[in-house]
Parts: sequence; C-alpha cells; structure tokens
Amino acid sequence: MFTDLLKFVRLATALFLLGAGGSAQAMAPIQHWQTTNGARVYFVPAPELPMVDIKVVFNAGSARDGEHPGLAQLTHTLLDKGADGLSADRIAEHLEGVGARLSGDSLRDMATLGLRSLSDPKYLQPALAVFAKVLAKPDFNAADLNRERERMLIALQYAQQQPDAVSEKTFYAALYGTHPYASPPEGTVESLKALDRAALQAFYTRYYVAHNAVVAIVGAVDRAAAEKLAETATAGLASGAPAPVLPAVADLAAAREQRVAHPSTQTHVLLGQPGIRRDDPDYFTLYVGNYVLGGGGLVSRLSDEVREKRGLSYSVYSYFMPMAERGPFELGLQTRNDQAAEALKVLRETLARYVAEGPTAAELEAAQKNITGGQALRIDSNRKILEYLAVIGFYRLPLDYLETFNGKIEAVTLEQVRDAFKRRVQPERMLTVLVGGS
Amino acid sequence: MLPRTTLILGACLLSGVVAAAAPAVHEFKLDNGMKLVVKEDHRAPVVVSQVWYKVGSSYERDGLTGISHVLEHMMFKGTQKHGPGEFSRIIAENGGSENAFTSRDYTAYFQSLEKSRLPVSFEMEADRMRNLRLNAAEFAKEVKVVMEERRMRTEDDAQSLTYEQFNAVAYLNSPYRIPTIGWMDDLESLQVGDLQRWYQQWYAPNNAVLVVTGDVDPQAVLKLARQHFGPLAASTLEPAKPRHEIEQRGTRRMVVKAPAEVPYLIMGYKVPALSTAKADWEPYALEVLAGILDGGDSARFTRELVRGQQIATTAGAGYDLNDRQESLLLLDGSPANGHDIAALETALRAQIAQLRDKPVNAAELERVKAQVLADHVYQEDSVFYQAMQIGTLEAVGLGWQTMDRYLPRVQAVTAQQVQDVARKYLIDDRLTVAVLDPQPMDAAARARAQKAAAQGARDVH
Repeated sequence: MFTDLLKFVRLATALFLLGAGGSAQAMAPIQHWQTTNGARVYFVPAPELPMVDIKVVFNAGSARDGEHPGLAQLTHTLLDKGADGLSADRIAEHLEGVGARLSGDSLRDMATLGLRSLSDPKYLQPALAVFAKVLAKPDFNAADLNRERERMLIALQYAQQQPDAVSEKTFYAALYGTHPYASPPEGTVESLKALDRAALQAFYTRYYVAHNAVVAIVGAVDRAAAEKLAETATAGLASGAPAPVLPAVADLAAAREQRVAHPSTQTHVLLGQPGIRRDDPDYFTLYVGNYVLGGGGLVSRLSDEVREKRGLSYSVYSYFMPMAERGPFELGLQTRNDQAAEALKVLRETLARYVAEGPTAAELEAAQKNITGGQALRIDSNRKILEYLAVIGFYRLPLDYLETFNGKIEAVTLEQVRDAFKRRVQPERMLTVLVGGS
Repeated sequence: MLPRTTLILGACLLSGVVAAAAPAVHEFKLDNGMKLVVKEDHRAPVVVSQVWYKVGSSYERDGLTGISHVLEHMMFKGTQKHGPGEFSRIIAENGGSENAFTSRDYTAYFQSLEKSRLPVSFEMEADRMRNLRLNAAEFAKEVKVVMEERRMRTEDDAQSLTYEQFNAVAYLNSPYRIPTIGWMDDLESLQVGDLQRWYQQWYAPNNAVLVVTGDVDPQAVLKLARQHFGPLAASTLEPAKPRHEIEQRGTRRMVVKAPAEVPYLIMGYKVPALSTAKADWEPYALEVLAGILDGGDSARFTRELVRGQQIATTAGAGYDLNDRQESLLLLDGSPANGHDIAALETALRAQIAQLRDKPVNAAELERVKAQVLADHVYQEDSVFYQAMQIGTLEAVGLGWQTMDRYLPRVQAVTAQQVQDVARKYLIDDRLTVAVLDPQPMDAAARARAQKAAAQGARDVH
C-alpha cells in the first residue's frame, strides 16, 4: 500500500509536469445540486492536480450558542475526538495514514469541516469513510469532553494575555450587546464549566443536519464522482431543518468608548459600527469605497496618514466583514501607549473626512483597477476556489458571482460611494475600544 | 469498519527505484551573475515574481541588529525614478499584491500578478536593486514603524519574548542568536548611513536570485529578465564570515518573567542542517523524527501528551533542515491544568528518551512518510509556495534541486536512523531550556509581587 502511494505521487506529479506547456484555462463554471437528504452542493472540477478538497459548512457558529457561550465551538472541537466508536487516535491514524488532512473552523456564522485528500479512490475512499463518521456520528465521550473543555479554558486564559484578542473580544461584546454575535465563540469560564454532553448532543442534533449544510468540492473528480462524494460525506446526517434566521442587528444608539487596562507597551485601538449583511445592496459600493479608506494594504488613506506620514503603527486597516446579519465595520491600529490619543485622533479624522468627501476620481479608479485586475489571483488555486464555493453556498450568492464580480466593481460610481458611506457610516456614533497601558 | 489496509501500510519501503520526474524548473544565469529560476504552472493565468537577496539577520553584527529588516521596509520608499510608495501604488493599480519578508538567511520581495503584468514587476525590482534612494526623513518615520512592529510581535507577546531570549542564550557565537526584528536599542541608534552601506554591500544582481512561477514561458521570462536586470552592474561581494557555533558543553537553563496567564516552555537541541551536516542523511532523519513527535494529530505529542497523559494543553516540535547554519530541534508547549512546567519538561524529556531508547515502530514511520508524500502533491496547489520553496533553497545555498531529493531522501529514512540521530544529538549537553514565568497581568499585583521578591532576596542575606 505504501509503495503504491509513493508510485502514485511520483506518477501523478510527472503527469502534471507533462501537462505543462498548455495555456491556463478559465475556472470551470460552478455546478450545483442537492444531496438526497437536502445538503446543497457546489462543485468545480480541477483535474490538474491529483487531489480533492471537500468542505462542509454548517450554519452552526457561535451565533447559535444561546445562553451558553462556547457551546458551538466545543461541539465542533469534539467531532473528530471520537466517532462511531473510533477514538481520536484511530481517526487521526486512519486519515494521516493515507495522507489526508482534516481541517475545521468554528466562527460566528459557520462551523466548517474540511478534508483534503489525494484523489485516487484507494486513498480518498478510506479518508472519506472516516470523514463521514466524524460528520455524522460523533460520540461526545465524557473524557474527551472534559479534556477539550480544560483546553478551551486555558485558551481563554491565554487570550487574556494577548492585547489583540482582548480588544477584539471587548469590541464584539460592546458592538453587539444582546445580539447573538456578542457571544464569544471561545466561550466564557462559567459557561464552559457548565456545558455537558446533553447540551452538546442537543446542539449537534439541531444544527448538524443536511438542510443546514453546504458542501463545497474542488478537485480531480468528475461530476458523477463528486455526486458520490457529497452523498457519502453527508449520508449519515439527518435531513433536519435550516437554522432560523438571526435577529437583525441594531444600530449603536450613541458613541461609546471602552478602555481596558493591559500591561502591554502598545495600545490596541479599534473603532467600529455594525456594518453590512452579505446580501446587502451596498456591498460592492462599500467594498470598493473601503479599499480607498483602509482596505488596500500599504495603499490607502489610513496607511498614508497613520503609517507613512507619521510612523504611528505597523498595521492600520479598515474593513466591512459581511455576515449573515450585519457584521462589523472595523478600523484598527496598534501604537506605543503614549501615542494612543494622537493615533486615535488621526484615525477618527481620516474616517470623518472620507465619509464627508468620499474618494477622489483617481482614488476610485485605482481601487477599481486593483480589484478587477486581481480577479485571476483570487481563483488561482483549488484552495481559494473552495473558499469561494463555501461562501457562495452559505450566503446563497448567485452561481455567477465570480463571473459578474468585475462588472459590479466597475459599475460603482463616485456618487454611489459617497452616498453609501454617508448613509452607512456615522463617524460621530462609533464604538471605540482601547486596550493597553496608560 | 475500515479496510485494514489503510491502517497497515505495506512494509516494503522504497528501494531506490524511484525515477525522478523531469522537473519543469528552468535555471538561467545572466551575465552579471544574477540567477533566474522559472517553474511553470499553467493552471491559472497568474504569475508570482520573487527577488531573493542572500542577506538577513544572520549576516548582521552586534549593534546593527535588525538592519536587514529595516532596509526591507526602506525598499518601498522610492528610487531616483519613483517616489516613496509609488512602487506599491503601481503594483496595486495593476491588480497585483506585493510584500516582502526578512528572515535570518534571506530578504525577499514578491508580487503576485495577472500574467501579462510581469514586466511591471521586473521594471520596479530592477530599479530598486541598484537605485534605491535612502532619505533621512523617510527613514526616521519608517524606523518608528519597525519599532511598533517589534512591540506588537515581541514586546507584547510573552511567548515571542521568551523565544527571543531563549534564542540569544542557545547560541553563543552563531549569528542565529540575533533576532531578525533587531534589539530595540539597536533600532534606536540605527542611522540612514548604516542602511546605505548595508544596501551597497548586499543589493547586487550577483547576490540575488529571481524566481518566477506561474503561467509563463521560461524563454520569454529570460528575455524579459535580460532586458530589465541585464544592464545592472555586479558588485564585488565579500563572502560572509563562517561564524560557526562553538560546541555546546552542557545544558543551559533560563527563566523569562513577563506579564502572562499561561506558563510556557521551550527546549532546543543543537542539530545539524543540510548545509552543515557531515552525514547528509542526518537532517532527513531529524525531519522524520520531528514528524514522529508532531506530524499531525496521530503523532506522539498530541496522542500521548495532550490526549493520553493530559500533561500538555499544547505541545509542538519543529525543525528546519534548510537553515544555513547549525540549527535547533525545538520543542515547546504549555502544561495542562493541574500540571506545572516541571512536569511538562519531564514528559517532553521522556519523549526524547524514548526516541533514543527504542526504534520508532513501522506504522508510525510510514504514517509520517505518507503525509510527506501527500504534502508533496498538496503544495503544488499554491503558485506562491512553489516560488517560496525554490527561493529558500537558492538563498541558503543548497540549490533548488534539493527539493527533488527531498522526497526520496525522506522515504529512505529508517527507524534505526531516527534512533541514531536521537542518540547523537538529543542529549542534555546540547540542550537549552527556557521557561516563561508568568507575572501578574494587573499592574498593582505585579508591583506587589516584585516587592515581595526583593524582600525575599534581602531576607536571605
């Protein structure tokens, strides 16, 4: 078996090399269907490399924690720690013995589980069999639960010593108040200590179901094989029902400032408001507009004012994080404690001026050129295409999202950016978070 | 049930039968000594261009630490032809993304672009290779940015701080003791004239390697490279001094006190790298050894320390066989609740002792090798990573061909060889241990603790 694997890799790599010399093909169109139990599948064939990626996304993030912060994440963590009688050790041995990689994420909107495998059925099938068990038959053993809970408790302690983690946690809590997005994905000490097997099992049973799942597949398989893959991966899931729609996010009633003392030499500064939903009609306008403000790396107004002109911070940025409900519009930097007031002033003034005046014609054009000119780079690997499929599926974006992306960016006008920023951003009503020493 | 075959991989290992696949890598040399390496990947209409300079913090001297990294920042501040930041604006308008990174052994600049824009990258990189304009006012601001970077990455991160000081103790005379970001004191006294000299000393076509991967024709890339980089004058390069680490004679131990919540332990054993190894199989055996300890969730650290004995909440092992100088096999971790750093250290040492005492079993060994094989395929998914791999090997002097040897050499490693390198190198005399001793996060409590410690010290005398 092992020698076979070696030969396979050698041969596959050689074939790939022989294939060199042709010219690049555009990404194949996205194919979409449903599994028999109702999971929505998104597939792009990528025959060049002998590998396949599968990512299953559940609407089972911390927004579903309810009164139990950390519930979604602990449930997610335990999936591969015991399934259908296989211990965590056996699960890892089975997967790694055929060179497969398991990955996962537990965020506010989503809980994801990914499998990367060689595409030869000899390696893919055993990996897939374990993957399906992890998805559909987690055991939630008491010993595993207790151990992973303890590890999450230490992770909470660790986060307290990191000023960036403290600022982010403070920011979300203050921005979202009683909305489910306020719940810290990593949990709280009290909540984690109270979680038990029944709570995890109930969460799993409600949210890890086919009608609440999206399956993204990219790799060297054809449509028929992809259909089988999706069926096998999700076969053990109950059909279930989609998670309910989350409540709308309320605007901040007034400006707020929150300071947290921390023994750091820098103060971490965050400024923000509730931003946009993933299906927001202003999405493209704000995306282009934000590139000019603070989304373009070294090329942005914030970078110019804070870093290039004044040397105040290594990193300074702004972004809209689109989520199922309104994700944050966030600006941030870190600077030596005694410069925090000055840096905050520059941050606020730069934002206020941008909202008042909007971008110049040259700035807008540069932003559009960067974003549209970078289209090929956004989909130049299986991994990146997979991420797009997951987002398109989860947020129910149109299947031609990538094809029509550049057209939508190019259609944005100066007036639209000015108007959208004025409507959507109120510089006088921002949340400010400062974490650091005085 | 799973088929048994997935568990027990056949015992017949590679027996030198593997014919190397014809590499799609093309190497050229310009008349001025600049090397060009091109690797084709025609999956998407993109190109990655990287310029690697053979200079990094391991070339630096005391008092001037961090200078390679500060120079990397200044490379975005313009030339005679282009103003500060203009390079970045032009790349951005061409839809590109760009950045740079500095390590101990190299400094590299890169752009990812739609394939037709490659000339934009070459024009700019060629320009700043020889015509950088180092302006005192720009420098004064940028060095402040680097100090903020240092605060963010090191000063305010207790584990990074511990690692930095561990490193400075583990190496006595090797330049690997120098932190790449530089000591704060050195950053504060750095002058623009220092940078000018550093730039003149190292930034020349004959000290650079240009790596291009993506949807390109190697001959066309060569032509374009000749056009832009060909006219640049070569420099007379002074070879770097050897600065080989002296033999370690006994365990070194240290404590770092910093505000923190979670204790942390780092252990490092002096081991050879490919560049320094007398027996060239040893680094591959060490690579496999690191995989046995920490190559995935089925590896020993996670299986035995995190899940089994539950002594560690995290435990890792790391080794880079591509280092230019003698290197370290690093272990690190934090204890689980109910255990202290001493217990964690004992457990990690027991893991090392086990490697010395008993050959690893066949299933473990083959699992590590299976992952290496699969990763060989997976890494082809990233155009950027392919360039990184070539650039790293070129910059440290091993040559890109080393990557073709990696697979067969790792596959050839035996359990006996893993045990041999453990016995030879993973011994107390080659070990350095650093412990992060968490101090109270709250300022008042920290002051009280310091006072009590001082009081205790007086009481003793």
